[in-house]
Amino acid sequence: MSTTDLSSSNTSADNDLTDTLQQRVTEAVEKKQPLNLRGGASKEFIGFASTATTLDVSGHTGIVSYEPTELVITARGGTTLESLNATLTQHGQMLPFEPPAFSPAATLGGTIACALSGPARPYRGATRDYVLGCRVINGHAHALRFGGEVMKNVAGYDVTRLMTGAMGTLGLLLDTSLKVLPLPEQELTLITESTAAQAIEDMQSMAGLSQPVTASAFIDGRKYIRLSGANNAITAAAKTIGGEISSSQQVWSDLREHKLEFFNSDLPLWRISVPPLTPELPLSGKCLYDWAGMQRWLFSTDDPTVIRSAVESNGGHATLYRASATLKNNAGVFQQPEASIMQLHKRIKDEFDPHGIFNPGRMYTEF
Amino acid sequence: MSNALFSEAPPPMPDATRDALADAFLKILPAESVLRNDEELLPYESDGLAVYQQKPPLVVLPDTVEQVQSILRTCSEHNVPVVARGAGTGLSGGALPLADGIVLGMAKFNSIVNIDEKARTAIVQPGVRNLAISEAASDYNLYYAPDPSSQIACTIGGNVAENSGGVHCLKYGLTVHNVLQVKAVTMDGDLVTFGSTAPDVAGFDLLGVLHGSEGMLAVTVEITVKLLPKPATTRLLMAAFDSVDNAGDAVAAIIGSGVIPAGLEMMDNPAIIAAEAFAKCGYPTDAQALFLCELDGTTEEVTDQMEKVEKIIRQNNVTTLHIAADETERMLLWKGRKSAFPAVGRLSPDYYCIDGTIPRRHLSTVLQKMNEWSEDYKLRIANVFHAGDGNLHPLILFDANIEGELERTEELGGKILELCVEVGGTITGEHGVGMEKINQMCVQFGSNEITQFHALKNAFDPQALLNPGKAIPTLNRCAEFGALHVHHGQLPHPELERF
Ligand SMILES: Cc1cc2nc3c(=O)[nH]c(=O)nc-3n(C[C@H](O)[C@H](O)[C@H](O)COP(=O)(O)OP(=O)(O)OC[C@H]3O[C@@H](n4cnc5c(N)ncnc54)[C@H](O)[C@@H]3O)c2cc1C
Repeated sequence: MSTTDLSSSNTSADNDLTDTLQQRVTEAVEKKQPLNLRGGASKEFIGFASTATTLDVSGHTGIVSYEPTELVITARGGTTLESLNATLTQHGQMLPFEPPAFSPAATLGGTIACALSGPARPYRGATRDYVLGCRVINGHAHALRFGGEVMKNVAGYDVTRLMTGAMGTLGLLLDTSLKVLPLPEQELTLITESTAAQAIEDMQSMAGLSQPVTASAFIDGRKYIRLSGANNAITAAAKTIGGEISSSQQVWSDLREHKLEFFNSDLPLWRISVPPLTPELPLSGKCLYDWAGMQRWLFSTDDPTVIRSAVESNGGHATLYRASATLKNNAGVFQQPEASIMQLHKRIKDEFDPHGIFNPGRMYTEF
Repeated sequence: MSNALFSEAPPPMPDATRDALADAFLKILPAESVLRNDEELLPYESDGLAVYQQKPPLVVLPDTVEQVQSILRTCSEHNVPVVARGAGTGLSGGALPLADGIVLGMAKFNSIVNIDEKARTAIVQPGVRNLAISEAASDYNLYYAPDPSSQIACTIGGNVAENSGGVHCLKYGLTVHNVLQVKAVTMDGDLVTFGSTAPDVAGFDLLGVLHGSEGMLAVTVEITVKLLPKPATTRLLMAAFDSVDNAGDAVAAIIGSGVIPAGLEMMDNPAIIAAEAFAKCGYPTDAQALFLCELDGTTEEVTDQMEKVEKIIRQNNVTTLHIAADETERMLLWKGRKSAFPAVGRLSPDYYCIDGTIPRRHLSTVLQKMNEWSEDYKLRIANVFHAGDGNLHPLILFDANIEGELERTEELGGKILELCVEVGGTITGEHGVGMEKINQMCVQFGSNEITQFHALKNAFDPQALLNPGKAIPTLNRCAEFGALHVHHGQLPHPELERF
């Protein structure tokens, strides 16, 4: 057997709770008792608060298989992101989409369910671009396996991508297989004073230069560009692009984890997702631009409908990310999709979870 | 639950229905876009998998979204199945017509609506050929990355339906990684937008679900793709070995070293000989295995990676190592690989292309087993692989005129696919299940998964009229195939080798 020996690695304990979890779901179905699926509770603030009975899945842990030369890892839903990252780092690899943890307790299951991606997203791709397969308990309490551990696989519909970002509303994620990538040899960050408008344009055109850029952001009057790769390559790229060179990459992890000074605010926080080159929006409050300007963080007390329509008219959507329960209940958390898409959501929910057991109302009040 | 779950093969469309449908379509389409004579229908009888043939009762060729909506509404009203079709290059019978349904040919949707140079996106109609996108984007120094070998002919609509890959998908991803938005018409005639040019949308990833759905969820009418800047530098290296094992080890070592080549394509000896005879590209015909490794990026990146890759290859018993001297030679070396299918086709009256994916570490075991079976079945096999991601294309050579040879070929193909599943892989990496691999779906998935697939289709297409009977087997069929015995998730010790 060629699977890497993990005994010495820093992984979560190998603890397969599939049977127990299946049993819990069966009982919930019998009792018609909705469940609030909880991993590390690190992202419980996203979406609507749940009133359902909590089912803690954080005990279902362990790396099921990891084959560094295949660039694939499979781990159980309760495995912490921290231990997963530690194992990957040991083998010089990483989760390319740099998911935010928001807490040391963050689990893989929650990471996939929320499908949040870090600063590398426009360059390396999002969570959904790296999921290869999953095992999931559906609303009939069946444990199902979709996709697999290989990079190319078109057998059956892509249920793994459907689960990714579904906020646990379609099933309980038992384990997930992910494509991983080698850690870059070196990284550096280029810092330049800029205006937001200029930065939006520069960041977008830079990604068209075939340079080893892996992150770009505009924060408080400064544009940050991250370069990753072999020493020669990034040194040459730094010369071409220009800017003050910083060898510290702290800004990117702080940005990812919302630990930058910018995030110290009690005002409602909006996440804005817009197409490339979307100009500054006429909204009040303070705004940070990540993802070459395509993901924006906005602290604003503007009327939610004003915010949403400004974003929507530019082809994007706004999520009420951190806010009081009252504001969330009034304004909704996620942008309402067009009627035919909402209809499809409801039908899909019915087909996966006909009794409405999993995380009801977490995403939309409709299901 | 879907009513398709236990359905049997349907009777052909009655003439009266056909006439009534033709009349209805002629109200919205010009006469030349409604095909019903035998000779007009002939080109639609099969897709790229020509061993399966079925004459469709009617073919319609709309060229506006409104026409597609109206056609689907009419079919929905009359409960008539619809098979969408792009260029018909699919290799699994996905676009194979149904005796009781119409073919919805999307070839007239062939314009590139817009290229946005700054946003680096292109809006195209589904009938646009894959290569035409890169050709149009070339003026802006941009290209569309997924490049199936059929790229001069296949359509982007077909690519979305199959989630097609290409030789460069190791680094740049499959169709699903390069499509931002799809507008599609559902069976009830609704025009729906999936995805966005923003990085994501609120709600479920329905764009992801549409990819690889083989025309069974909705009919694609417009696609927005991501364009990439052409890399500043591209270099190609050819390495030949005296055993497939050595070549496989070198591939694993390259990937393990942290280099992700733009392409990493391997061939075995029969494929090398065929490709060389066809393309005269300079492959060493005495090699047992050969791979092409392409590196791209900035000059510094490529220089650095080339050094690493060369060193690794030299440590793995390489017999010939050659770096393409210039662009002409690079294209020539690629020509051999890209024409491997037709090249092999010249060796034999017929060939059958298999499309399994395996974890790369099982490559030599799987090849060895295939060689044994090749002798047992007295059928030659040539192998081309997307080595970087473990996607195998064994080509079984046969002669359809020899009685029983096609059947033996299909049986051998089925066994190879089942072997792929057994070592932890899949029955299809990029060609789709279609009609061809429907039985092997019962090997890869258990009845609960299959039931869930039908349920998902039911959410999009409750009447089960879009390409019914393809891709997802009925449970009945699986029971007949006799394979519904192992639940894939419960195979004991799937990591262990079984032979
Ligand atoms: C020589 C050769 C080499 C090939 N090489 C590769 C390769 O390297 N990689 C690879 O992935 N594939 C390859 N293929 C397979 C094939 O080219 C791809 O599957 C391609 O995507 C099919 O496109 P098409 O337009 O011909 O689709 P078709 O064959 O016409 O249809 C394929 C499927 O798509 C559906 N479909 C088509 N258009 C639409 C639409 N508008 N809306 C909804 N559904 C639709 C059909 O119903 C069918 O299920 C190869 C084929 C050949 C013949």
